[in-house]
Amino acid sequence: MPNLTLIEAVNAAMNFEMSADKNVLVLGEDVGVNGGVFRATDNLQRNFGEMRVIDTPLAESLICGMSIGLAVQGFKPIAEIQFMGFIYAAFDQLICHASRMRNRTRGRLSCPMVLRAPYGGGIRAPEHHSESTEAIFAHVPGIRVVIPSSPARAYGLLLAAIRDPDPVVFLEPKRIYRAQSEMVEDNGVALPLDVCFTLRLGCDLTLISWGAMLKETLEAAEYLAAIGIDAEVIDLASIKPIDKVTILESIQKTGRCVIISEAPKSGSVAAEISAIIAEEGLTSLLAPILRVSGYDTVMPLFKLEQQYLPSVDKIVKAAQHVMEF
Amino acid sequence: MKTIATFSVKYSQSLNPAAELNTSLEQLATAGIHSSDLLDFYQSMLLIRTFDTKAIALQRTGRLGTYPSCLGQEAISTAIGKTMHAEDVFIPGYRDAATLICRGTTMQQILLYWGGDERGMNFTGNNQDLPYNVPIASQCCHSIGIAYAFKLRREPRVAVVVCGDGGTSEGDFYESLNAAGTWQLPVVFVVINNQWAISVPRSKQSGCTTLAQKAIAGGFSGEQVDGNDIIGCHLQLTKAIENARAGNGPHLIEAITYRLSDHTTADDASRYRDADDLQQAWREEPLLRLRNLLLNHQLISESQLEAIQSQCNEEVEACVAEYLAYPPQPNSAIFEYMYQQMPCGLKQQLSELETQR
Repeated sequence: MPNLTLIEAVNAAMNFEMSADKNVLVLGEDVGVNGGVFRATDNLQRNFGEMRVIDTPLAESLICGMSIGLAVQGFKPIAEIQFMGFIYAAFDQLICHASRMRNRTRGRLSCPMVLRAPYGGGIRAPEHHSESTEAIFAHVPGIRVVIPSSPARAYGLLLAAIRDPDPVVFLEPKRIYRAQSEMVEDNGVALPLDVCFTLRLGCDLTLISWGAMLKETLEAAEYLAAIGIDAEVIDLASIKPIDKVTILESIQKTGRCVIISEAPKSGSVAAEISAIIAEEGLTSLLAPILRVSGYDTVMPLFKLEQQYLPSVDKIVKAAQHVMEF
Repeated sequence: MKTIATFSVKYSQSLNPAAELNTSLEQLATAGIHSSDLLDFYQSMLLIRTFDTKAIALQRTGRLGTYPSCLGQEAISTAIGKTMHAEDVFIPGYRDAATLICRGTTMQQILLYWGGDERGMNFTGNNQDLPYNVPIASQCCHSIGIAYAFKLRREPRVAVVVCGDGGTSEGDFYESLNAAGTWQLPVVFVVINNQWAISVPRSKQSGCTTLAQKAIAGGFSGEQVDGNDIIGCHLQLTKAIENARAGNGPHLIEAITYRLSDHTTADDASRYRDADDLQQAWREEPLLRLRNLLLNHQLISESQLEAIQSQCNEEVEACVAEYLAYPPQPNSAIFEYMYQQMPCGLKQQLSELETQR
C-alpha cells in the first residue's frame, strides 16, 4: 500500500476512475501538462490524453456549464476550479442548471459531475485564495457538498463523488494537502457519501468539524483527554446532506457539543448543525452548543490569518466552557 | 502599420417581404427545398402561430402562467427545427416552442411547462434536447459540453444553441464562442435578434454593427440572415449544420427578426416601443410573405389555405383539451428527482408535507 498525501490521494482516485471508466473526464485551468497548480491532476493528461484531460480556456462559468453539457451526454466530468475564490463565476451554472437538471426534466436528463476546488486558509496565500464558503453551496438543493479531511477519506470520498449520479461539489482542504501521509490502498473502493465519520470515541462532549480544522480538533481532543475530558470527534465529511443520525446519537451520549469550522460564523454549516441539534436533540443537551469559527469578516490577508482561524487553544477553551456549564 | 487580418460579415435573404424569391422554384428544388417543403414550412409556421395565439388566450383567462410569445419569430425557429437532424441536440432558450414542436415536443408538454407543471420538460421524441433555459445565455456553455461530447465520441452530430440579441451581451455567450473556436466544435450558434431584450432595443444592447461579428472574436465565422425568410434561414442553417457535422467547426447565424409580441404576457411593450416601428415590422413578418409566394406560384389555393388553418385550429384545440384535463401532480412531485435516491432529510420533509395536508 502506498503512503499518500491528501493531494496524492485525490490524484490516485481520479487516475483509478479514469482507467476504470472511459466516460470520466477531467477539465479545468492548467490541469493538463502542468498537472494543476497543486498537482492534483499530475500525469493524468499523459495517461489519458488531451481529449480526456482538458485544459480549458480561463473561464469558470464555461468550465461548469460545459461539464453540464458533458454530463447530460453521459460523460462524468470532474471539473477543477483552481481556487474556491474563483468558483463564484461558475455559481450560476451550478445553482440554475447542474443542481436542477434531473428535477426539471423529471429524470429525463441528469448531471453526474464533480466540481473540485481547493478551499480554506492557512497557507499564506494572496487575497481570494483562502475562503471557506461551503455554506453557500450547502444551501443549494440538488447538489452534494463533500469535504475530506485525510488522504484515505479523500480517496474514498472522491471515488464516491465521481460515481454519484448527481452533482457533487468536492472541496479540498488545501492547508492539509501535504500535511500528512498515510497508507491508502489504491483499490478503487469508495467510501459512502451522506455519512459522518466518527474519528474518536468519547463520552463527555462531541466535537464536530470538517476539512483542515479536524487537525486542530483532534489535537484539542488529545489535550482534553490529558486533563480528563473525553471528547468524541466527528468528521462531518458530507456537508450536504448532513448525517443527522450520527450527530444526534453522539449528542444523546455526550449531551455537549462544540462545532469547529474556519468559515464565517453567521449562516454557516455550523449554524445548521446547531439548529439540527436544537430541533431534534434538545432534551439530550446539558450545555449550550458552542461554535468555534471564523469571524463574520472578510478573510484577512495572510499576516492575520492565524488570528482569524480557530486554534487548538480556542477549541479547548470552548470545550472547557461547555463542560463547566 | 500593416493589416494582419480582415473579416467580413455577409447578409442573405432569399424571400423578401414582397414575397419575391431571389431565385426560381426550380433552382430552389436543386438546393433541396421542394414545393412540398414550402407547404410544410407554411403549415408548421401556421401551427405555431395558432398555438401561440391560443397560449396567450389561455394566459389571459387564467389557465396558463406567464408565457413568452414567439409571434414574429416563426420562420427562424421553424427553420432550425426543420434543418436539424433527429440525432442532433437542440439547446433552447425560452422562446423556442416552434423548434421544439418540430423536433417532437408536444404542444401539451409546452403548455404544461408554462402552466407551472415541470412534467412538460420531460420532452418526448427529442429526449436528448435540453429543457427550456430561462436564465439568459447560460445554455451556450451547455452546448459546448454537448458538442465536445460529439467530437470526443467521433459522432457526426451537431449541437444547435439559440439565444437572443440580449443574450449576446452575457459572459456565458462570449465564453462559449471562445471555447467553440478553440476546440473547433460541431456547434451552431443561432442568435435570434428580435430587436428587443424586454424593453432595451438592439441599438442599446451593443455597439457592434452586427451581432454576427462576435463569432469572429471566437475564432470562427458569423453571418446575418433575414430571420423572417424561412427559405434563406433553411439554406444558411443547412450549410452551417452540415459543415459542423463534417468537422469544419462552429458557425454563428444572426437571424434578423422582430418580436411582434410583448416580451411575455407579463409585459406591456407599448410602454417602450414605438407603434410605427411595430406597424413596419408587421409588414415584414414571416408568414404573409410565404403565403403570398405559395399563392403567387399557384402552389396552394385560398380554400386549401383555409383548410390548413382549420386543421391547425383542430390540432391546437385537441392539445389544449388534453392539457386542461391533465391530472394534477401529487405533492411528492416536489421531492422526486432532486436526487436519484432521495436523501433521508428529504424523506423526512416529504413526510412532514404529507402529514400536514
